[in-house]
Formats: sequence, structure tokens, C-alpha cells
Amino acid sequence: MAEAAIQLIGINKSFGAVRANRDINLEVERGTIHGIIGENGAGKSTLMSILYGFYQADSGEVHVGGKATSIHTPNDAIAAGIGMVHQHFMLVENFTVIENVILGAEGEPLLNASISKARSELQRLEREYGLEVDPDAIIEELPVGLQQRVEILKALFRGCDILILDEPTGVLTPAEADHLFRILKMLKDEGKTVVLITHKLREIMAITDTVSVMRQGTMVATRKTSETTVEELAELMVGRRVLLRVEKGEAKPAGVKLSVKDLTVKDSRGVVMVDGVSLEVRAGEIVGIAGVAGNGQSELIEAISGIRKAEAGTVLLDGKPIDVTGHADPGELRDRGLAHVPEDRHHVGLVLAFEEAENSVLGYHDKPQYLRGPFLNIEAIHADAREKIEKYDIRPANDRLKTANFSGGNQQKIVLAREIEQDPGVLIVGQPTRGVDVGAIEFIHKRLIAMRDAGKAVLLVSVELDEIRSLSDRILVMFAGRVVGERGPEASEGELGLLMAGVERQEAAE
Amino acid sequence: MSTPFAKLPRWADYGLIPLINLLVAFIVAGIVVLLVGENPLKAAAVLVEGAFGSGQNLAYTLYYATTFIFTGLAVAVAFHAGLFNIGGEGQAYIAGIGVAAVCLTFDGILPWWLTFPLAIVASAVVGAAWAFIPAYLQARRGSHIVITTIMFNYIAASVMVYLLVNVIKPAGSMAPQTRDFLEGAQLPKLGWLFEVFGLSVRSAPLNVSFLLALFMAWVVWLLIWRTKLGFEMRTFGFSPKAARYAGIGEARVTIVAMLISGGLAGMMALNPIMGDQHRMQLDFVSGAGFVGIAVALMGRSHPAGIIAAAVLFGALYQGGAELAFEMPNVSRDMIVIMMGLVILFAGALEHMFRPTVQTIFASLSPRSMGVPAPKGEGA
Repeated sequence: MAEAAIQLIGINKSFGAVRANRDINLEVERGTIHGIIGENGAGKSTLMSILYGFYQADSGEVHVGGKATSIHTPNDAIAAGIGMVHQHFMLVENFTVIENVILGAEGEPLLNASISKARSELQRLEREYGLEVDPDAIIEELPVGLQQRVEILKALFRGCDILILDEPTGVLTPAEADHLFRILKMLKDEGKTVVLITHKLREIMAITDTVSVMRQGTMVATRKTSETTVEELAELMVGRRVLLRVEKGEAKPAGVKLSVKDLTVKDSRGVVMVDGVSLEVRAGEIVGIAGVAGNGQSELIEAISGIRKAEAGTVLLDGKPIDVTGHADPGELRDRGLAHVPEDRHHVGLVLAFEEAENSVLGYHDKPQYLRGPFLNIEAIHADAREKIEKYDIRPANDRLKTANFSGGNQQKIVLAREIEQDPGVLIVGQPTRGVDVGAIEFIHKRLIAMRDAGKAVLLVSVELDEIRSLSDRILVMFAGRVVGERGPEASEGELGLLMAGVERQEAAE
Repeated sequence: MSTPFAKLPRWADYGLIPLINLLVAFIVAGIVVLLVGENPLKAAAVLVEGAFGSGQNLAYTLYYATTFIFTGLAVAVAFHAGLFNIGGEGQAYIAGIGVAAVCLTFDGILPWWLTFPLAIVASAVVGAAWAFIPAYLQARRGSHIVITTIMFNYIAASVMVYLLVNVIKPAGSMAPQTRDFLEGAQLPKLGWLFEVFGLSVRSAPLNVSFLLALFMAWVVWLLIWRTKLGFEMRTFGFSPKAARYAGIGEARVTIVAMLISGGLAGMMALNPIMGDQHRMQLDFVSGAGFVGIAVALMGRSHPAGIIAAAVLFGALYQGGAELAFEMPNVSRDMIVIMMGLVILFAGALEHMFRPTVQTIFASLSPRSMGVPAPKGEGA
């Protein structure tokens, strides 16, 4: 029996009345990759934050390397040999790689000495683990996959034996994710311990040795990965059987509802993000846009829905132009039957400080049924909100609760209910299930299919390849602002992955 | 990541926490009083007595409060739209021209109840016009409204000195002020209201603009929480991106919110000019525009909170004046320190005691806390 690298005993943590962690026991063996899986809000991040010293457990013990250890700050965790790679990187964007690596661990007052010391240390790490990064590259000029590598280097540089990764593959292409997994395996072979937090079942199956499942703040099971199945894990996570694949019939595409021609969009820094994109969406079909985050998908749908000004190109809605290069007004587009579920529901799709009912009319608040002269028709708005709560099973069913107090899945349902219930002809959806729990994903997918079957045109943008493949009738792949390929829903993940990485395009150029 | 603190019941949020903040402010103020060699308890008694002890004192407190309600509402309205209007001082000052113009024109012709509505409109229009320029510059040119409104305070001050000294001052007069208004531009006092309770206001200048202030507080509440415009302002104030998404025009909301804000600040001019002095003097605003910022901050930009905070600051003004009179060691500057402490603890350090209070509440009755669901990405 191998020695335990980490042992958590009876961990409890409450936030007010919410018990985020209840009597958690966890044992991670040295030299293994241990997966922790669970829905959003299951308490995974809280548990890891306790281990890394962001939060203090209300009760319970943490043992690292067999010794009881009290971890009050991240510095304590680092001293105990624990390193963490966060979902959102903690890097100084305009520093070089090496500056980021030594940040907070400079060791001496003059930088030159510590930088040269760090340089030789980085070379050693590169040799041992295949973690290749140019130490003098500026962080913001590196692709996300490499930025993540810098985070791992940071942890190793501080001499960590135990590496925690929080949802590491959310921002990576399949190829980058594979490379990450190779690195993790190499770390394991060197005797390091890896804890991998994810909600992606496939990753768990591919790489971990053992897996623990969390649900509603409790640890419901720990399994040897070789002795479990995806179905069993999904069921443990949700507490009931889940349909992982969406059931849908044949699409019956009709006339063109939305037509985009040679659309070019720049971001706020003036970088061309969408570079002459043309596409069509017909009534009764779902067109999915696949791509690694940051390849222009966001700017594309923002331009179509009138939130971001385009540089050039035309967009036709029902054959009539949208003034995307001038003063397209999202309010007017709503009147014309174009609804938009934005990617960023926290800052764009919702006002988190508002009551649920107020958000359930956001953007439609100037419709006559919600108004009485210049005044809001409060009764009508609340009646409408309660109806949507019922129909979309939004929980808690309280239309006066602040929106910030709903879980991610329920917040997304508020947005979807609002946009779908206005019966638009065209629905543009960005990342419909980002940060949404498995149960709600199933529900959202069904609603989108229902929209399609009702003869609506749906344009779907998602970085979840599985989602794109299971929902779309046609798949467009975006890379570096261009549509680099169109495939049917039967396209293999590998094929799409290559397109997403821009491989075909490079070959064509040669 | 989940919010580390659960919700508090409303009464604790809006009642208990401000009370604790206030208490701490007064304790620290008491230490300052102790340092200058006076008895803080006695000073507190003098202060409270001075602010509320007699009909006249109370009327003075409410007279000051009237002014602060207007300027507080002005700051709050802009704040709901995410705009920080520091220019209430200048907007109120310039609005004095509107009030004076109406009063000087009609005070011999119309009774007060006809002059008053005209003056209300004039003050609001002129105040709004002064706020329009920074609003336009922010909406169309991207000049930051905090900077421009501050600068416009100085411009207003200079313009008013020029006008009062060179244009408005009656010929042959030594004082930079308008002539005294006739009866048609003098607002009635609210003495009758006090007499109902058997109190006497004597010379206190509390006048009907106090009622106007209360009415405007109600109007602002309606505007913010019950109209489409208020909904759009709040959306924009919380999240400009969400406003853009919802089809709410940024420029329009910015300009309209600032017009309303400037109009409310402008109405402040009615109180001292028509209600008290019956003429427009140099520097009649005397910092009320800035106190309005503190009032709005402390009143959490809610009209009810603003009225309460305005009365508090009115009490500090009035009680402080009595205190400075009674205790020679306590100067007027000490009162400013005291107000500063109130602003510090109730505004800037508003959340200092919140975690402690929440912990206490959570341990007392977990069920009273509401159920904030776990939230956030990748929990």
C-alpha cells in the first residue's frame, strides 16, 4: 500500500446556511493522478480552496505526507509542497515567462541573480518533464496552452510535490489537452501527485488512476478508474440516470433566415478577430460554430446581434439587412425576431443585482405588455416571470430573489426562458452550458432542439466540442477569425480537432 | 467561488449596520472631544439638545435636511445610472439664477403659490442645463464625468461671483447679492405644522420646500423602481454591457440621468433663496452639494435612506452649531471632523462590521439567512 500524499479527514465548511463541504474524507495516494468530479456547486472548488489555504475549514484535518498540517494561506500550502493551477490563470500578462515564474519567489533583492538561477532551473524542468516554453516570451503573446504550462512551471519551480489542476482543459484544443495529459503522466512517473478537478467524464477515464465523485457538498464515491464506467460516474454525479447523448430527429431545413456575408470585425484593441466570414442559417436547423475560445466566435455573434460594430460585411435577417457596420440596435433586432443568448451571462445577459423578474424582461422591458405608460407594469412582469419559472423549472422558484443567488444553470435558464419565450425566428446562442450542471445541460439541449423542430434558425457557438457535435446539423469550424471548414454532425472529434488547430489551413498554404 | 458571506435580513442590512457604523463614528468623535479637554457625554447631550431639543432647533435641523435631501437625491439618481455627479454644488449654485430671475420678475405681481411652481421649474431647468454640458461631454466625447463636474463647480463659482458683483447686484449696493424679494417670492414657514404638536419654531427658516423635498423623494423612488426609464438607468448603472445587449442607448441614459440629477440639485436653491434669505447671496450653497454625496452614500441611494441621512446631517449641522457655541473648545472645525467621521464609517468603511454581524446572525439563526445557492463557474 502506497503512502498517502494528501489525507482530508472530516472536512466541513459552511457559507452561512449553505454547507459547501460536509464530512469530506479523501485520500490521495502518492504518485497517482486522482480525479475529482462533480457538478457545479458540488463543492470541488471549495474543497481545493481549503487545501490551498484560500478558505479555512470549519472542522476537520488536513494531512500532507502523513503529517497533520494546518494551512492558513497559500504560502502554507506552497511550503507543504502543494501547487495549484487555477482555472483562470494567475499570470501577469505583460511580464515574461521567467518573470512570472519567479514572481513572489524572487529570493533576493536584485532580480538579475534570481533570474539567472531560475533560468537554469527552468532548463532542468524542461528536460525532465518536456515543459517547453521560451522563458523570455511575454505572457500575453503566448497561446493559452502555453500560458497554462507556465502555471505548471510556477508550481514546480516552488518545489511542489502535489499539483492541483482546476478544470485545466476548458480553454485548450483537443491536441493541447493531449499534450497536457502527457505532461501530467510524466509528472506522475517522476513521483509527483496530481489532483485533477474536472466535470468532463472523458478526461477522467483517459488519464486518472482513481476518481472521487462529489455531489451537493458530500463525497459520494471513490472508484478505481479502471473499474468504473462513464455511465456510472455520471449517475453518481447527478444522483440519477442521465442521457449523455441528445435524442433528436432529422432536421428539415427550409428557407434562409440569417445570412452573413464577408463579415469583418475588430476587437477593442483593433485586432481583426473575424476575417471575412460568410455563413447561412436556415429555418429548422442548428448551425454549430466550433473553435477554441478566442478565434473570433464571440466577436462574430456579438456583431450579428448588434452589440459590437463590424468593420465590413453584410448581414441579412429574413432577407432584410442589419446595419452591423453602423448603428445596429439590439432592441430593434429583437423586434425583428432575432434573439440572443450571450456567452457571458454574468455581465451581458443578466444584471446579477436585479431581481429574477427584472431580468426575465431585460431587453424586452419596452414591450407594451410590460408597460403602463412610462411606468413598468409590475404585476404583468411578475406574472410573466412566475410563468417562466414554472415552465423552465427555475430554482429556487422565487421571482423576487436576487439573480446573483441563483446557480449557474438556473441563471442560464432565466436567460433562455426570456429569449425563447418571445418566440424569435432566429436564436443566436453562445456557450449555452458553460458552468451549467449536467441536469440543466440536458434540459437546455432539449429546448434548443425543440426550437429547431419548431422551424427556428439556431446559430450555436460553443467551445465544448461534444455539445457542438451532438446538437448541430451543420458544423462550421473557426480558426483565427476564418471559417476553415464545414462538416456534418458525423465528423469525428479528431477531424474537427485538427481543423480547430488550424492544421488543414496551414497545409493548404504550403 | 461562492460568496463567503450569507445575506442579512433586510432590517439588519438597512437598520442595524448603519446604526453600528454611526455609533462607532460617534465613539471616535467622542475621543476627539476628549482630546480637546471636553466631556464627550456632555458634548453629545448638547449636540442632541441643539438638534432636536426645541421646536426651533428641530425646525433648523429640518431646514438643513431639506437642502441635503435635494442634493442627496441628485447624487443618488446619477449613481443609479452608474454616474458619479460631483457637480451638485455648481448645479445648485447656478440654478440660483433661475430662482432669482423668477422671483425678481414676479414677486410684485404673483402670490407665492404661483411664483413657487415657476421657480421650481426655473431652478430645475437651469440646474439641468448646467449638468447637461458634462453629460454631453461624457456621452459623446468620453470626457470623464467626475473630472468635468468637479471643474464645472469652479466655473459655476466664478460665474456666480461675476454675475453677483457685476450684473445682478442692485446699483449702489455694497453687498454682492440681489435686492430683497417682495412677499410674492417668500415661501411660507411651516410653523403651523409645529404648532399642531405644541412646538414653536420662532425664527427658524423651515419652509414649504421641505414638503417639496419629501415629494421629490417619492418621485425619485417612482422613477428609479417603477418606470421604464429607471429600469434602464439601473441596468446601465449595474452593467453597461448588459444595457448595450438590452438595446438601451448609453448616451441617452447618461444624458437623461444627468439632466434629472442636475434638476434635483438645482431645486436645492429654492430652500435658502426663497425660503430663508429672500434674496440670492454669494455662496448660498456653502458645500451642500458635497454633503449630498455623503448623504446619498449613507442613504444607500434609496430615497428613504436619503431622507434619514439628510436629517442626520441636518442634525449635525444644527446641533454642531449649538455645540460650538456652548463649548468654546469645540470649534466649528470639530463639527466638520465629526461629519467626516460619519462619512468615513458609514460610507467608506460601510462593510467593516458586516462580516462580524453576519457571523453573529448565522450562529443565532441559520434559517433567517435566506438561501443563497452556491454559484459561480466551475465550483
